[in-house]
Amino acid sequence: MNKTLAILGWGTVALLGAVAVGTVAMQRGEPINSLWLVVAATCCYALGYRFYSKFIAVKILALDGLRATPAERLENGRDFVVTNKWVVFGHHFAAIAGPGPLVGPVLAAQFGYLPGTMWVLAGAVFAGCVQDFVILLFSVRRDGKSLTAMAKDEIRPVGGFVAYVAVIAILIILLGVCALIVVNALKSSPWGTFTIAMTMPIALLMGVYLRRIRPGKVLEVSALGFVLVLAAIWGGQYVSQNPALARLFTFSAPTLAILIMVYGFAASALPVWLLLAPRDYLSTFVKLGTIALLGVGIVALHPTLHMPALTRFVDGTGPVFAGKIFPFAFITIACGAISGFHALISSGTTPKLIARETQTRMVGYGAMMAESAVAVMAIIAACVMQPGIYFAINSPAGVVGQSPAAAAATISSWGFPVTAADMQALAHAVGELTLYNRTGGAPAFAVGMAHIFSHSLGGETLMALWYHFALMFEALFILTVLDAGTRVARFMVQDALGHVYKPLGRTSWYPSILATSALIVAAWGYFLWQGVKDPLGGINSLWPLFGISNQLLATVALCVATTIIIKMHRAKYAAVTLVPLAWLVAVTFTASWHKIFDSNTRVGFLAQARALAASPAPISGATAQLIFNNRLDAAVTGVLVIMVTLVLVESLRQWMGILNGAKEARVKESPFVRTRLVEEQG
Amino acid sequence: MNRIRRMISDLASTAIAILREIFDEAAYARFLSRVGLASSSEAYAAFRQEFEEAKVRRPKCC
Repeated sequence: MNKTLAILGWGTVALLGAVAVGTVAMQRGEPINSLWLVVAATCCYALGYRFYSKFIAVKILALDGLRATPAERLENGRDFVVTNKWVVFGHHFAAIAGPGPLVGPVLAAQFGYLPGTMWVLAGAVFAGCVQDFVILLFSVRRDGKSLTAMAKDEIRPVGGFVAYVAVIAILIILLGVCALIVVNALKSSPWGTFTIAMTMPIALLMGVYLRRIRPGKVLEVSALGFVLVLAAIWGGQYVSQNPALARLFTFSAPTLAILIMVYGFAASALPVWLLLAPRDYLSTFVKLGTIALLGVGIVALHPTLHMPALTRFVDGTGPVFAGKIFPFAFITIACGAISGFHALISSGTTPKLIARETQTRMVGYGAMMAESAVAVMAIIAACVMQPGIYFAINSPAGVVGQSPAAAAATISSWGFPVTAADMQALAHAVGELTLYNRTGGAPAFAVGMAHIFSHSLGGETLMALWYHFALMFEALFILTVLDAGTRVARFMVQDALGHVYKPLGRTSWYPSILATSALIVAAWGYFLWQGVKDPLGGINSLWPLFGISNQLLATVALCVATTIIIKMHRAKYAAVTLVPLAWLVAVTFTASWHKIFDSNTRVGFLAQARALAASPAPISGATAQLIFNNRLDAAVTGVLVIMVTLVLVESLRQWMGILNGAKEARVKESPFVRTRLVEEQG
Repeated sequence: MNRIRRMISDLASTAIAILREIFDEAAYARFLSRVGLASSSEAYAAFRQEFEEAKVRRPKCC
C-alpha cells in the first residue's frame, strides 16, 4: 500500500514537473507567470534529491552510517564538533550562498528567461549538487581534508598546485568583479552610499554592545543592527534630497574604486574585528532574511515575467556581455548551477561538523539545491521588468550611447521599446538621478525586487525604499565577501611565502601582513580599475573571466571526484561525475578559446587589443593601458586553461593506469572506526 | 493538536539552533564550557582572539 502511494505521489510530482518544465520551455509570445518556474524548480529538486542523490549515495558512495566521522573521532570543541544535521545544513548554506547566484542569472537574462532557468535546474541537479555532495563525503572520509590536499593525494602534487593557483586566481578576479558591482551600484547614488556608509558606525556600535554590554549575544545585536540599517535606509532619502548632504555622499566610479581599495587593505591589514565581525554578522542576517523574504514574496505574489523566453541576443551580440548562448550562458550563470568554490567549503568547515556519513547527502546535495533556488529567484527578479528597462540598466554607454535619448533609441531598435521618459520616471520612483549604464546586475536585481514588492506592499510610494533595501543588501553582502576574501587570499599567500622565507608565513609579523595585504589588494584593485575605466563597462570582460576560473576549479574538483570513484572500483558509475566534467571542459575550454582568440573585438581579448593598437590615431596612455589590460586578461585565461589541462591529463593517466591494471587502485581514506554515537542514523 | 504544537516547537528550536551556529553563539557556548568560564567581556575577548584566526581563514563563497 505504502509503495503504491509512493509511486502515485512521485508519479504526480514527475507529471507536474514535466508540465511545468514544458510550459516554461514551450511558451512563446505571451508573458508567463513566474509560478511556472517555481513549480518546475520544486519538482526537479524533489525528484533529483529523492532519486538521483539516493542512487549516488547507495550505488556509488555506499554511505555508511556506522562509520565514525572526523567530527566524532577528532572532536575538540573547536573545529571538529558533532552537530545536528539541520544546523550543519544551515551553516553550509550560509557559507555557499554568495553574490554569484544573484548576479550571474541576472546578467544571463539577456538571453531570455529560458536558457538560464534550464541550466540552473539541470546544472544543479546533475552537476553542482553532485559535486558538493561527493566532495563533502570524500573530505569526511579523509579527516576533513581540503580539496587541494585531496587533489595532491589522489591525483598528484600537480593537482594540489593547480587547485591552489585556481583558488587564488578566482579570489582575485572575484574580488575585482565584486568591487566593480558595488562601484556601479553606488556611483552617483547619495542614498545608496549613505546607507552603506552608515553600516560602519552601526557595526562599531554592535561591536561595543557585543564586547561590553551583552557579550556573545550575536543574534540579538544583529537584529538590533538590522533595525538601525532600516532606519539608515529611511534616512537616506532625506540625504539625497538635501543638496549639501547629497554632495557629501555623491562619488564618481573612480573615487568609489579608490575608497573600496583602501577599505579592502584596512580590512586585511588592521586588527579591526570591532568593525568587521559585526558587519559580517549584520550582512549574514540581512542576506538570510532577504533571501527568505524574496522567496516568500515570489511564491505569494507570483509576478508575470515580461522578458521573452529567448531574445535575439542568443547570437552573441548582447549588450550586457558579448558571446553566444553556448558557452557564455553557462559561464555567466556559474554558481547558480555549479561552483568550483563550493568544493572548498565542502572540504573546509562542513566535513568537520558532520555527525554521520549519511547526512552528507542532505547537506551537500540539499544545500546546493537551495542555492540553485536562489538563482531561480534572481532570474525571476530580472525578468519581471520590461525588457527595455532591463537592457537600459545593464547596457554600458559604450554600446547603447551616452545620452538617454540615444540609449532609449538603440534599445528600442532591438525590439525592446523603452523611452527616456520611462527611464526618468523609474529613476525618480527609486530615488536615483539615473539608472542608465548601471552594469553589474545589482541595480537590475534591486529594481526587479522593488518591482515585485511594491506591487503589493506599499505601492509606488515604497518603491524607492525597496530598491535601496535591495541595493544595501547586495552592497553590504558583497563588501563582506570582499573583506573576508582579501584576508583569506592574504593567508594563502602568506602560507605559500612561508616556504620561501619563514617570517613571511607568520600571520602576526606586520611587515608580512602589510606586504601580502598590499599585494592582494593591488591584484584585485587592478581588475577593478580596469573595469571602471573600460568603455564596455568592465563586466563584459571581467564576469566571463570570473566564470571561467570558477568553472575551471569545478573541473579540478570533478577530476578529484572521478579519480576517487574509479579508485573505489565504481568505474561503471563514474559517469555521474565524468559527464558533468566533460560538459564543463567543453564549456570552459570553448569560452576560454573565444575570450582569447575570437575575432569579434567585443568577445576576444586579443582582437580588441589588436583593434586598439591598429587605430590610425596616436595611441594615448589610456589606450595603451586598455591594450595591456586585454593582453593580460588573455594571458590569465590562457595560464588557467593550461594548468587545468595538466590536471586533466594527469587524471586521465591515473584512470587509464587503474583501469588497465598498471596502477594500484588505492584510496587514501582514514581507517574505518565504528561510531559510538547512538542517535538516529541521519 | 499536541502533535502540531510539538512539531512547531521542534521547528522553532531547530531554526534557533541553526542561527546560533551561523552567528557563532554556539561556538562561544562551546568555548565557555571548554575553558570553564562564565560569559563576560573578558571571556568574549578571549573567545574572539582564539576564534578569529580560524574564522578569517574560512573562504566565503561567491
